[in-house]
Amino acid sequence: MKTKDALYNYCLRLADSNMIHGQRLAEWCSRGPFLEEDIALSNMSLDMIGQAEMLYEYASTQSEAEHSADDLAFRRSEREYFNCLLVEQENGDFAQTMMKVFLYSAFAKQLYESLLNSNNETLSGFAAKAIKEVKYHLRHSSEWLIRFGNGTDESKRRVQQAVTNLWRFTQDMFEMNDADAALVDNGISFTTEALSAKWQLNVNEIFTAANINIPETNNTITGGYNGIHTEHLGVMLCEMQYLQRAYPDAKW
Amino acid sequence: MKNDTQFPQWEVFIQTKNGGPFEHQGSLHAADKKMALQNARDLYTRRNEGRSIWVVPTECIAATTADDAADFFDPANDKIYRTPNFYKMPQGTKNL
Repeated sequence: MKTKDALYNYCLRLADSNMIHGQRLAEWCSRGPFLEEDIALSNMSLDMIGQAEMLYEYASTQSEAEHSADDLAFRRSEREYFNCLLVEQENGDFAQTMMKVFLYSAFAKQLYESLLNSNNETLSGFAAKAIKEVKYHLRHSSEWLIRFGNGTDESKRRVQQAVTNLWRFTQDMFEMNDADAALVDNGISFTTEALSAKWQLNVNEIFTAANINIPETNNTITGGYNGIHTEHLGVMLCEMQYLQRAYPDAKW
Repeated sequence: MKNDTQFPQWEVFIQTKNGGPFEHQGSLHAADKKMALQNARDLYTRRNEGRSIWVVPTECIAATTADDAADFFDPANDKIYRTPNFYKMPQGTKNL
């Protein structure tokens, strides 16, 4: 794979994960468990959509064809989306959403820390800006997991159920494909082995504090970075892309 | 508030620059100090207003009531010697 194509693909992958994560969090808007948390969820959603926008803008400059950032977000179908599978999973209850935010932001933090060393200045600049946001998301969600895990019987049950539902999608975040191979050789991105180990340490630390058990399962589902998704993404995109599909180039 | 089923109420004070005063911004609900600080960050510093945040449980604040107003504040009305009305200002002094 040519470096430029690989970079395009890689930026889309990061942008798509952030976009879909942000869209999911936006589903909480006006439905949060209480006012303050409702606003926190919307803030996090906007952070992720902002990160996606920066990456779509950059990706649009790397594409052979003419694509605007909006085209990339709103006119690609399910199989052309490269987000990790974790973020497209349904929000479920509040515990499941916080588990998802935790697992993903712990990953994003490690990823961005590595990208600070990228010799691609756009990516390293992006990482420097975005890492502050995901660190806050990580802190916010960690606090909730610890609270759930040390709370009532119901909160303990729900947070354990959340990790049982989501754990099989975590390995997918660390998958690598042809795009990675081309970028790693050029010092633009890095292999995910080290990331995975650091992520696991972070997860273990919080799960210990929260008395959460990692499910014992070999069931691992991957494919997001290659455009192979679970049943949830198509439904999400239908809603997210409705306006641009029904009224292309609509302005207001 | 009897019908308030939410977490306890906290008051939020924000310092906008180093060394400046902490000014009252409003209130919020939170279960404890940590959550109160995070919620204050999300509710009151979205536009980069803050350098530092204080949160105080509302119940820890002692406040005067409307009934206290007469006893507390009215006696100052007829004591004009408490305000600096009788000093001669040097000519040319500005900004006083």
